[in-house]
Amino acid sequence: MAQNPFPLGKDELLKAYRTMRTIREFEERLHVDFAKGDIPGFVHLYAGEEACATGIMMHLNDNDRIASTHRGHGHCIAKGVDVHAMMAEIYGRSTGACRGKGGSMHIADLSKGMMGANGILGAGAPLICGAALAAKVRGDRGVGITFVGDGASNQGTFLESLNLAAVWNLPVVFVVENNGYAESTAMEWAVSCDSYVDRATGFGMPGVTVDGTDFFAVYEAAGEIIRRARDGGGPALLECNMVRFYGHFEGDAQTYRAKGELEAIRASRDCLTILSERVIEAGVIGRDELQAIDREVNALIEDATRAAKAAPLPTPDDLLRDVYVAY
Amino acid sequence: MSRKISMKQAINEALDLEMRRDPTVIVMGEDIVGGTGAQGEDDAWGGVLGVTKGLYAKHGDRLMDTPLSESAYIGAAVGAAACGLRPVAELMFLDFMGVCFDQIFNQAAKFRYMFGGKAETPVVIRGMVGAGFRAAAQHSQMLTPLFTHIPGLKVVCPSNAYDAKGLLIQSIRDNDPVIFCEHKNLYGLECEVPAESYAIPFGEANVLRDGDDVTIVSYGLTVHRAMEAAAALAKDGTEAEVIDLRTLSPIDWDTIVESVERTGRLVVVDEAHPRCNLATDIAAFVGQNAFGALKAGIQMVTAPHTPVPFAPSLEDLYVPSADSIASAVKRTLSPKGASPRIAA
Repeated sequence: MAQNPFPLGKDELLKAYRTMRTIREFEERLHVDFAKGDIPGFVHLYAGEEACATGIMMHLNDNDRIASTHRGHGHCIAKGVDVHAMMAEIYGRSTGACRGKGGSMHIADLSKGMMGANGILGAGAPLICGAALAAKVRGDRGVGITFVGDGASNQGTFLESLNLAAVWNLPVVFVVENNGYAESTAMEWAVSCDSYVDRATGFGMPGVTVDGTDFFAVYEAAGEIIRRARDGGGPALLECNMVRFYGHFEGDAQTYRAKGELEAIRASRDCLTILSERVIEAGVIGRDELQAIDREVNALIEDATRAAKAAPLPTPDDLLRDVYVAY
Repeated sequence: MSRKISMKQAINEALDLEMRRDPTVIVMGEDIVGGTGAQGEDDAWGGVLGVTKGLYAKHGDRLMDTPLSESAYIGAAVGAAACGLRPVAELMFLDFMGVCFDQIFNQAAKFRYMFGGKAETPVVIRGMVGAGFRAAAQHSQMLTPLFTHIPGLKVVCPSNAYDAKGLLIQSIRDNDPVIFCEHKNLYGLECEVPAESYAIPFGEANVLRDGDDVTIVSYGLTVHRAMEAAAALAKDGTEAEVIDLRTLSPIDWDTIVESVERTGRLVVVDEAHPRCNLATDIAAFVGQNAFGALKAGIQMVTAPHTPVPFAPSLEDLYVPSADSIASAVKRTLSPKGASPRIAA
């Protein structure tokens, strides 16, 4: 086997690939089952964006907190939320991560440091400032990561939080997942500055832009700014330029895209293909090893789907339960 | 040991005692220390009206001034609560809730339910409510019905220093998000308050005055107007029972219904606007659950359906007065409770 030219050992590379493949299969399965009408409500898929969540989350532990977005499945999986509990949640079952009461847009697992997908765009940024403040008060070296899309990067909550995190010197990393579209509206039109690095600079913190389809680029950039935050160096912004394989939500015909755009990005900017080819070409991992992971992941998603469909619904009592701790 | 202190001092004392007791209690808000980063004195303000004055000297960096960014710091308080701290965030004037309400009603209030009972968000958001301070339309509102409407929030509005101390201590110890409403015109009002720590449970109204002829229910500043009205009515031989709700969510339905079943008459006084407020809420509940006990139509005394006016002459008309409460009581005492239609 050739010398490993990557910043991660083989086991970690396999883990990263498994995470990305799990996200991809999870989302592809939802895409199919949503079209069949099996899944209630809104679903926003992370397919195409896997390298970003994975490259960042490889640096985190359960004590680190993340605040996610409406497009949160990838963040959940990469942060270690149980795939069976996620699938059951999306099916509205009592075995779900939130006992069926949150759904796709509100999956959370506080024990894993996952503070929730969020149906309100930009709402996670203030929350993660609080999580980071708690870590700072405790002195436990925890960091907080908040994700926004290019759309929510225009929310007041996000901009206020950049300032607050800088003023309070909080261990926060603001990740802008720039997939080029706020729902259907182009980022080039809706974001007034040329670069998110400029925006970070304006708030007195470092900003870095990376190719979000390149797992290694994300991994290395995130590693540096997360280490800096953990060591008390304060907040930073990371922009990941990436691509969304499906629409804003399932059912979006994406007529706002140029002709051929989607086919082109799927052909040339698939982060899973890019990672696979690099590790295989380097001779560090064999194609058969990746295919073995693919088979295991397929079986996992199939089992999670089967289990979710067979799981019990919440009981009528659950309607009134858990509004308050005590009332 | 008990001594007379103001409601402002009582709130300060509650914060001090809880910060001493529990290292996870932190306090944040705009100018709650005052002068952070400036050249002059530390602890320059202690809050815009001095409610937190002196706490910085005792607790240092656990009191944090914030940028003027209500969404960011209220959200940060919520996030910190979800991660194990017990933050008390001062919103100065609760009218500013409009700037940051998402972090309260879509985030804090929903975490527990939305996450399947696996989250606790022990945050207190405290600030000023109420008219009479010549502070005009955006610094004077009684927005308690907006907060009470939201499942997942608890809403507290004390009428005196004793209750303010015990209810704030309970609010900080409570494991749910609490909106703590401080009527700015009560800050200077003094009463006997024990120096030691004590908590007043939520959902327990206080019967301030016993009476068998009519029940008057209120909260906050208008409790005092109701007591004035009751004193005036007593001279004419009408004995009013006055109930101070103290907490609006949860609310003490039992005490209200028990009283109305005895008196047969109900006047509800609310400084909030007349539509969908605590008065309509209580009137509807009593109408549904104690209709048979009623000897007369329920009367509601509220602020009008207008913004709070600036001109002192108008603002004085805006807040329910003792006279308007006494008139409402008299309407319940007229034959069959017949009353002219009261314009909203």
